[in-house]
Amino acid sequence: MLKFVKNHMESIAGIEIYPIISLLIFFIFFVALFWWVVTAKKDYIKTVSNIPLDNQNNDTL
Amino acid sequence: MEMQQFHYDNKIVTKFLYATIIFGVVGMVVGLLLAFMFLFPNLTDGISWLSFGRLRPLHTNAVIFAFVGNAMFAGVYYSLQRLLKTRMASDLLSNINFWGWQLIIVAAAITLPLGITTSKEYAELEWPIDIAIALVWVVFGVNMIWTILKRRQRHLYVAVWFYIATFVTVAVLHIFNSLELPVSAMKSYSVYAGVQDALVQWWYGHNAVAFFLTTPFLGLMYYFVPKAANRPVYSYRLSIVHFWSLIFIYIWAGPHHLLYTALPEWAQNLGVTFSVMLLMPSWGGMINGLLTLRGAWDKVRTDPVLKFLVVAITGYGMATFEGPTLSLKNVNAIAHFTDWIIAHVHVGALAWNGFMAFGIIYYLIPRLFKTKLYSLGLANLHFWLGTLGIIIYALPMYVAGFTQASMWKQFNPDGTLVYGNFLETVTEIIPMYWMRAIGGTLYILGMLILVYNVIATVRSGSKVQDELAEAPALERVTKKRTANEGWHTWLERRPIQLTLLATIAILIGGIIQIVPTIMVKSNIPTIASVKPYTPLELEGRDIYIREGCVGCHSQMIRPFRSEVERYGEYSKAGEFVYDHPFLWGSKRTGPDLHRVGGKYSDNWHFNHMYDPQSTSSGSIMPRYQWLINNELDKSQTEAKMQTMVSLGVPYSDEEIANAQQSMEEQGAQIEQNLYSDPDFAKNYEADKKYATESGEDFVEMKNREIVALIAYLQRLGTDIKVETAQN
Repeated sequence: MLKFVKNHMESIAGIEIYPIISLLIFFIFFVALFWWVVTAKKDYIKTVSNIPLDNQNNDTL
Repeated sequence: MEMQQFHYDNKIVTKFLYATIIFGVVGMVVGLLLAFMFLFPNLTDGISWLSFGRLRPLHTNAVIFAFVGNAMFAGVYYSLQRLLKTRMASDLLSNINFWGWQLIIVAAAITLPLGITTSKEYAELEWPIDIAIALVWVVFGVNMIWTILKRRQRHLYVAVWFYIATFVTVAVLHIFNSLELPVSAMKSYSVYAGVQDALVQWWYGHNAVAFFLTTPFLGLMYYFVPKAANRPVYSYRLSIVHFWSLIFIYIWAGPHHLLYTALPEWAQNLGVTFSVMLLMPSWGGMINGLLTLRGAWDKVRTDPVLKFLVVAITGYGMATFEGPTLSLKNVNAIAHFTDWIIAHVHVGALAWNGFMAFGIIYYLIPRLFKTKLYSLGLANLHFWLGTLGIIIYALPMYVAGFTQASMWKQFNPDGTLVYGNFLETVTEIIPMYWMRAIGGTLYILGMLILVYNVIATVRSGSKVQDELAEAPALERVTKKRTANEGWHTWLERRPIQLTLLATIAILIGGIIQIVPTIMVKSNIPTIASVKPYTPLELEGRDIYIREGCVGCHSQMIRPFRSEVERYGEYSKAGEFVYDHPFLWGSKRTGPDLHRVGGKYSDNWHFNHMYDPQSTSSGSIMPRYQWLINNELDKSQTEAKMQTMVSLGVPYSDEEIANAQQSMEEQGAQIEQNLYSDPDFAKNYEADKKYATESGEDFVEMKNREIVALIAYLQRLGTDIKVETAQN
């Protein structure tokens, strides 16, 4: 399977670094995401998640 | 703190809701008509603008952009104002968005039946309409971002992020996929050819599903489900993970539409990998939506709004489980080109988008008109008819898909195909097409009940007015992060930065897939014997595009034994280098046509177009008799060839100068071939005689559309046969 990737991509200069960059982008992206989510403060989360329910004036049915 | 008073703009929401309902009915009725055409192929006999190939894109465009699009705008315009505690920034822009969008829909409804199409799925509209779409979309985006900037709520709720990502990504997708070079006011050619066009198209096609049908509706889910259940979303943290991982991963998955095709294998594998990963954010979102109802499930029993929303989210879960499954190569080998895909997209469209839209309509209409819903009973009836409709639609299509795939692939012990005649695999599934039509009918009945219920509710309510609200003004805070402020918390009050990051997240995947395919020449190995189409074949190809043949016939033979046996040598990337646009197709209601060239005589094609059932008993292809009578328009041929030259097709100046003569000669040859059928000769001569006697204009056969189409069909896939013959 890899031979298809290698043959086609070899013509790009400096191609060796692509997989490492890709992996890093991925890894950092998700680590940063989970880091933020895990460390978010509880009362902040509570406030924000209540935004849709904030304006009750049109729910008088 | 000083409270400011302002009014929410409810009028624009109402307008979009009405448009949703009207175009919903239209799009679904066209769909039902198409479903019945499978059973009665000549239902609209002789009316070119009501033929299957031209109506299919009308159905998909009407449902996606008119029904779902208007529902999206209605939901966004309602929720955005309330989530940001402000009126939309500009009533003028809101109205330009509304009327511009409706004009585009009307333009589509006129041009598509006339055969004015680019043939690229869900991007069929021609270039002037493409430009209009881009402009109206930017108006929507400007209005939204402007509204965000003047908000009274500091933090942007997760729904708003989904709206932002929708705006940015659809803009990027639409612009890059619609790059085309105009020939005339209503004709253009895609700047990409063959494999590259296919990759860009399905990068667009897949992400149109992602960012037009999914992300805005997820935003709406995050607003309307908590509203309807009257409790906050199950996990706001999960919604953050859902948002970022979904938009980051989705954009990579496009190539799963092109598995086993001539697309470079590395791109196929990349598409599969990301499609499988996509399951996690999708199901994260689904679970988040459903669990928002924790402790409120009793409400689902009584509230039709929640019923619709719950089935919608369940449909989303099913479709997003099925999607990654279908992207596995072994599953795709079975499902691709079959009715399984039709089932898959309709679970998405009917359950997820349709039921979300219905839930939102039933939620909003009473509130906008300050009254109660006219009839809960009718809403419940709609719910059950719709649910039953979805099941009766989808299940037979799954059966049909598996039946097709297994019949296409079945071999005799001696190595021949058991069902060598493609038609056997069609007639076998006609009962399934019947059930599908019944399911569709039920779904539309439900929709009509909604229409009645909405009209009755609106009549009993009071006129829509701007709704008074009040909120404190937003205090200015530093642009920098404050003490104790988390990074993402800061980001959520910086809409521009959030937009930029979302843009980067969606660009990464697109760039990594598309740039190498376009830049690296070795990805598309050229084949010396592949030559550009002759002028007549080029005109024939444009007729093929105009009639929407690509809706039922693929031009992509996958490298399977069963397909090579049935159709001939599998398709190579190098064979499509002059195909602006590509015509690989995505569905085989009829057989693949990539190697149809030379397979039948010119007469066979002539008779087949005149009456498909006469040459192929049991065929469900409609008649194309107008092709046989229409005179071929040769006035644009040189301009078309010139455009092709600009796109890199090597026509010489001499070839362009001699185009008319070349068409004349090739047409005359085909006309002569047609004379080999005595029936043709007799009828044609009689027609000619009648015309001369009655003094009518007579168009010679060599100048008619059918001849160009035959020229094109006879050329298909023959270039590499030349090479084999020479070797």
